[in-house]
Amino acid sequence: MAVIAGSRPGPASVASGLAGAIAGAARILQRNLLVYRRTWRGSLFGSFLTPLLYLTAMGIGLSQLMARGGSDLLGGVPYLDFLGPGILASSCMQTASFESTYPIMGKISWRKNYEAILATPIEVHHLLVGELSWIAFRLTTMATVFMIVLTLFGIPRSPLALLAIPAAVLTGLAFSAPIIAFAATRHNDSGFAALFRFIINPLFLFSGTFFPVSQLPDAVEWVAAATPLYHGVVLVRGSVLDKMPSTWPLHVAYLVAFIAVTGYIAYRLLRRRLVK
Amino acid sequence: MPPTDEILVHARGLTKRFDEFTAVNAVDFDVRTAEAFGFLGPNGAGKTSTMRMIACSSPVTEGELTVIGMDPRTQAAQIKARLGVVPQADNLDAELTVEENLLMYARYFDIPMSVARPRAAELLEFMQLTERAGDQVEPLSGGMKRRLTIARALINDPELIILDEPTTGLDPQARHLLWERLYRLKQRGATLIITTHYMDEAEQLCDRLVVMDKAAIVAAGTPRELIEKYATKEVLELRIPDAVRGSLDGRFNGRLDGLAERVEELPDRFLLYADDGEKALEGVHGREIPIDSALVRRATLEDVFLRLTGRSLVE
Ligand SMILES: Nc1ncnc2c1ncn2[C@@H]1O[C@H](COP(=O)(O)OP(=O)(O)O)[C@@H](O)[C@H]1O
Ligand SMILES: [Mg+2]
Repeated sequence: MAVIAGSRPGPASVASGLAGAIAGAARILQRNLLVYRRTWRGSLFGSFLTPLLYLTAMGIGLSQLMARGGSDLLGGVPYLDFLGPGILASSCMQTASFESTYPIMGKISWRKNYEAILATPIEVHHLLVGELSWIAFRLTTMATVFMIVLTLFGIPRSPLALLAIPAAVLTGLAFSAPIIAFAATRHNDSGFAALFRFIINPLFLFSGTFFPVSQLPDAVEWVAAATPLYHGVVLVRGSVLDKMPSTWPLHVAYLVAFIAVTGYIAYRLLRRRLVK
Repeated sequence: MPPTDEILVHARGLTKRFDEFTAVNAVDFDVRTAEAFGFLGPNGAGKTSTMRMIACSSPVTEGELTVIGMDPRTQAAQIKARLGVVPQADNLDAELTVEENLLMYARYFDIPMSVARPRAAELLEFMQLTERAGDQVEPLSGGMKRRLTIARALINDPELIILDEPTTGLDPQARHLLWERLYRLKQRGATLIITTHYMDEAEQLCDRLVVMDKAAIVAAGTPRELIEKYATKEVLELRIPDAVRGSLDGRFNGRLDGLAERVEELPDRFLLYADDGEKALEGVHGREIPIDSALVRRATLEDVFLRLTGRSLVE
């Protein structure tokens, strides 16, 4: 009796290297798009409603109370113009964070989608890159709808404002990667409520969305400046208002490095969780 | 297609440890091409851990393992491309329809849609799910979900199909339908590895099997060989009135001597192992042993397991 070496050719090709990695991740993206096909209307409508509500309620309401023509503290722009891009960046943070908690947890443990997928030639890094690509797609559609609303309010200063879309996506991914890492360590969803209550919501309030962080006490200002949201807000606001600070490459580098490091951690933790 | 001499899965000293705990302890087995090979054992024996190593879903801790001539440590993706895996608990994609579950799974194998569509239709037909193609997965019955999981495992036309407790939790009708379908797959030349803790399932489906208990293989062979080796042809089951039973020991104070090769005492009955059960029953009557009821039956794998471990397979 001999141990046979594969007698017939495999039914599927197994691509390797970079092409294989992209193809594998593309399948995961494709799966999420298949589900999205049934839910996109509601999702896009939400993306439209959020900025509309904020800009109407807070922007128009609050800006009545503020000096017209802008204040020096806001960099010489009206409050509505200051607020719009800030809401764009922080909404991307919130959506990206949400997409990285319950849906990922569900696929790890409640519905075990990843277990099913990992029985095929798809590997853990495909799962991670695929999910991040999916979230990037979601954020792109969301940021695009946002830009349309901002335009209706006459906020963007120049076509350069379109750069706010990739900046907002980058901001969101800088939350997705570490939160997927966190989700990979969780055995129930109780940590997620705490994550939103103690991290995401405070960041929303204190990272430059509603007022410049320079208004904060020095110590808090430094903490705010260390978070990805702060850097995202700077880039998004700079693009929309055509006031990009000359330090923009540093902000981009910060976000990219943050995504790379936390993404690698997410990969290690997902592997530890899923391959036993 | 009859089983061949080719070895499709080869394991020697195969071991799985979770931290300090040994789930699979140095097991040896060979699965031949085109046979149905069973792992029979109670819960916790290590069956799933073994399946997951063969399926390249779980890293081998120690020992030798070859699957379709390849090494799971270095060629997991190539092996997986040629396997069909039916896990113990269904893990269908609840956000997709029945048909989409098959199509998307095909994509994970990089099978083009033009090939996947007719194949999915054919598999839905084979598993009697065509009417449910456009439905969501959640409302399906347990038997239907199981069939869909098996259809999904077949989407890449696998050479080796690994089924972990394929019928656990199903009603008898659903089990028989599945057995019939698995039998047909085997007829077509597929190699099946099946785990179960039902001895009737093992007897029905498996050409050869190993009996696992406490992380180790305790016996191996065809169902008939195992029964011949570890049990007698027939078994006489006796129920004894409680009043009488209280005063007697496991061999009935010697009154069962010579009637059977072996006597096994269970909580509710005695099992007398004898090649001729009727003759043993005559003997029991002759010695005026009081009984409530008696039953002569053929020996099964359950008896083999009882002999080897002193316990029943399913509590
Ligand atoms: N991921 C794991 N971590 C720790 N222990 C495990 C893990 N998976 C299985 N075990 C243990 O290994 C033993 C064998 O389990 P399993 O292979 O599932 O047995 P079976 O499938 O025969 O019921 C059990 O005691 C189980 O608790
Ligand atoms: Mg099991």
